[in-house]
Amino acid sequence: MKYWRKPLDTDRVKPPHGEVHIVIDRCKGCGFCITYCPRQVLEVSTHFNRKGYHPPTVVHPEACVNCGLCETICPDFAIWSTPVEEPEKQQKVTSEK
Amino acid sequence: MSRLGTPFLDRNEHHPLEDYLRMDRIPHIWCPTCGLGTALNCMLHAIKKSGIPRQNIAVVSGIGCSGRAAGYVNLDSFHTTHGRAIPFATGLKLANPKLKVVLFSGDGDLIAIGGNHLIHAARRNIDLTVIGINNFNYAMTGGQFGPTTPEKARMTTAPYGSFEHPFNVPFLVDSCGATYVARWTALHVRHLTNSILEALHHKGFSFIEVISPCSTVYARRNRLGDGLDLLKYYHENSEIRNGINTRKCDITFQGRLIVGKFVDKEKPTYSDTMTKSLSEALGDRYVPYQGPMQGKNGD
Ligand SMILES: Cc1ncc(C[n+]2csc(CCOP(=O)(O)OP(=O)(O)O)c2C)c(N)n1
Ligand code: SF4
Ligand code: SF4
Ligand code: SF4
Ligand SMILES: [Mg+2]
Repeated sequence: MKYWRKPLDTDRVKPPHGEVHIVIDRCKGCGFCITYCPRQVLEVSTHFNRKGYHPPTVVHPEACVNCGLCETICPDFAIWSTPVEEPEKQQKVTSEK
Repeated sequence: MSRLGTPFLDRNEHHPLEDYLRMDRIPHIWCPTCGLGTALNCMLHAIKKSGIPRQNIAVVSGIGCSGRAAGYVNLDSFHTTHGRAIPFATGLKLANPKLKVVLFSGDGDLIAIGGNHLIHAARRNIDLTVIGINNFNYAMTGGQFGPTTPEKARMTTAPYGSFEHPFNVPFLVDSCGATYVARWTALHVRHLTNSILEALHHKGFSFIEVISPCSTVYARRNRLGDGLDLLKYYHENSEIRNGINTRKCDITFQGRLIVGKFVDKEKPTYSDTMTKSLSEALGDRYVPYQGPMQGKNGD
């Protein structure tokens, strides 16, 4: 995380970190999550989902602060975040054919 | 990389609200960039946070796009006839006073055809939590204008723009006697969730107006883009004015939007005044009704 002015307690207090989950075929491509994520974690994917919409894709997994805004603003219950304990840990990648 | 080019799909994960949704009915029918799903999402987050046992909650809707909500929640719910969500909800509340009755319905349903029920429920301060979705039109039937359509907005039945003075909904319910009144937009998800949570714990008639984008009819008829463009309009034009006199909450076409919590006060509810009055008149002969649990087995 980048700071404009480094807080004095960065060594003790770690910003929360989240992992984003997206159910791609449930998304209707509204872009609400992409536009209003405060950390610009998401971008429109160039791919189509099964319904023909462009779902979001996670471009900055390390920046997610698990604020839950994407989860609450999504009209289709297609995206949410879960807390991740160690901020250094790489995002889980679930591959799918 | 997956077939869809994004590695973050995990089909075995479950959305945190899945317990509160009838997942067999998802995806819902609401259009892309419609705000109804967002408002429902906020309502379910608030219900989950409230800690109220799910068997003590009932959700009531009328008819319309907004009215579909009752069919998507995995709680006891009631999809009633057009305009009659409040009478059905009042019946539920009186028959089972321990029930938390939450309404989720549209502006046409609650404020137009159901307007008379609305003013009297507010006047009697019946203990109900009403989430009124104002998308400025009768969306489900194709975009007719109604009593909440801003002046100059074009609708199917107002091709040159509506020339009627619309209701200022917070002022209407406030002046009728509502004891909790707030207005947010579908963009203010945190404020809206918190307001619904407060209203769930408020005793008395609570009304939360949610200004919500209707992309397919309202936005398209008025060439305003889609629902995301309307969220941007809310973002640029909303002014949070908690506690402001509701008289000042008029809505104009694409004008400034006053949002916030306007009223939060205590007043005896319908049940309180009924019990008090009948106890005074009848003394010990009056036994306040406690609900269905007081029947054969409960007493
Ligand atoms: C008694 C009756 N009159 C008219 C209708 C037709 N009707 C169905 S939905 C609707 C409008 C609903 O508007 P609103 O409550 O604002 O919901 P929205 O679709 O905008 O979310 C109307 C007039 C009906 N179903 N029943
Ligand atoms: S949880 Fe917050 S920071 Fe993380 S992706 Fe969602 S909106 Fe962005
Ligand atoms: S908010 Fe939901 S439906 Fe809209 S783009 Fe994001 S994931 Fe898709
Ligand atoms: S017609 Fe309007 S209110 Fe109805 S689902 Fe579509 S966008 Fe939403
Ligand atoms: Mg409507």
